[in-house]
Amino acid sequence: MEWQALGLSLAVASRSVLFSLPLAIAVAWLLTRGRFAGRALLDAFVHLPLVLPPVAVGYLLLVLFGNRGPIGAWLFGQFGIQLVFSRAGAALATAVMSFPLMVRAIRISLEHIDPGLEQAARTLGAGPFDRFRSITLPLMLPGILAGAVTAFAASLGEFGAVITFVSNIPGETRTLPLALYTALQMPGGEAVAARLAALSFALGLGGLVAAELLARRVRALLGP
Amino acid sequence: MLEVSVRSRLGDFLLDAAFAAPAPALVALFGASGSGKSSVVNAVAGLIRPEAGHIAIDGEVLFDSAHDIDVPAEQRRLGYVFQDARLFPHLDVRRNLGYGLRRSRGGVRIAFDEVVALLGLAPLLARRPRGLSGGERQRVALGRALLAQPRLLLLDEPLAALDAARREEVLPYLERLRDEWHLPMLYVSHQLDEVLRLATHVVLMDQGRVATAGALAEVALHPALGRLAGEAAVGAVIDSVVTVVDAGTGLANVAAGSGELRVPADGLVPGTAVRLQVLARDVIVATRPPDGLSVRNALPGRVTAIDVESPYSRLVAIDAGSVTVLARVTSLAAAELGLVQGMPVWALVKAVSLRAAAHGSGVPQA
Repeated sequence: MEWQALGLSLAVASRSVLFSLPLAIAVAWLLTRGRFAGRALLDAFVHLPLVLPPVAVGYLLLVLFGNRGPIGAWLFGQFGIQLVFSRAGAALATAVMSFPLMVRAIRISLEHIDPGLEQAARTLGAGPFDRFRSITLPLMLPGILAGAVTAFAASLGEFGAVITFVSNIPGETRTLPLALYTALQMPGGEAVAARLAALSFALGLGGLVAAELLARRVRALLGP
Repeated sequence: MLEVSVRSRLGDFLLDAAFAAPAPALVALFGASGSGKSSVVNAVAGLIRPEAGHIAIDGEVLFDSAHDIDVPAEQRRLGYVFQDARLFPHLDVRRNLGYGLRRSRGGVRIAFDEVVALLGLAPLLARRPRGLSGGERQRVALGRALLAQPRLLLLDEPLAALDAARREEVLPYLERLRDEWHLPMLYVSHQLDEVLRLATHVVLMDQGRVATAGALAEVALHPALGRLAGEAAVGAVIDSVVTVVDAGTGLANVAAGSGELRVPADGLVPGTAVRLQVLARDVIVATRPPDGLSVRNALPGRVTAIDVESPYSRLVAIDAGSVTVLARVTSLAAAELGLVQGMPVWALVKAVSLRAAAHGSGVPQA
């Protein structure tokens, strides 16, 4: 049970990070450099999962992405993709929950980039996309890595939104925290629960330390 | 030919500046901090968009509000050297230098190896910007801008962040770009020393407007210069050549209109192009040929103008052949000597400072 849950958690978390990363970069860029009406609203919306009860987020996902929900029905009709009660749905739920953490980390690194460097690139003949690819993106790398690792660690531990949206199906959606919860509900499951808790603890700590080390390494490489 | 006319309201600051300068020339935008110099350069670069105006280089229009033309900065083919270098921290010096070169449109006139040799960058190529000294950074920034194959190089106080020794590390390269490469440059500075050493043309900026513009020797005679740079800085600038060097006295003679001026001969040979500055406070006006004075430099000429500089001082402009010198005299002296326009006088020059010297192609004649 432990290893199955661990493997599933890793699979869900990596998928969640992989798919949300490009969007997080785009949103972080919009929030830092964008000049448009409704920026404050977008900012608040992105950070909503930090303050909402995770169960509420799961419920919202169920309403939107459920088989009868506006997006869920369309996805199923067009592509045959079903998110509820599936691993992909678990990835979506963890992605939504960890999205603010990722955006925050990327945004901080973006705010530290001197816009003068992009101006310099401009005078040297680099167009908007070229500037982003050759200057902004590499300089954002510490934040992107830190955001990805933090979001990955948080994804491993997401409970409320996952269980509400995709339920608790062994081998499909029963990730580490769900397995831990299940073990606690079973008579005599304390030993399993303890091992799962220790595993979660180790993963979380390892992830955060790795994020910090990685960021330091990249910062040293990039210089001030 | 560089034509610039920009108008913009930035808060309660009104920028309304227009000037034209021939090319190739080193045009210095000189003025106090906040006079709008950087805004003008940024408008030329395309980094800020003026509300109205017209910017053209050699007839090619980069910006024209009337015709709705605004060439994006990345397509203007100008080089820009910023005060803070702005090297890309994640790239080594070689890739910083290559950044603009790879993106240059049209042919490569300025080659990588040539720039590396000119600026002495070979030992730095593998290094990262953060390990470089201020002077090294500016040299790399200059090289990077040159390799973008610019038709005009913009420099926004490129030496302001450097101490005197580091400045001296960069200045000779700018002189070579001007004299040997004949690269047009627009140079922002609030240091008169730099302007006197480098500029062929000067645009004097004052509170968002152009006070006067023209060849350095003309602008040096303009009353606005004293107002902006302080009256101690007022004086004629003379571009000329060394005629004779006297090893015995250690002095070199420099042709100056109706006569010659003597300067210390250190390193000068006949034919060396020099730029001299004769400060107004160092010139005495005599109405008779000087006799029994220690002053050796005397230029005969005629009074062309007498400006009221302050209630107690007058600036007397003296046409001495092809050069004009300024003399500051008290209003009392001007009255007692009966100085009037057209009057023949002698300009006795107590001190001459050598601002620049160049062998071979020489200081460009303004």
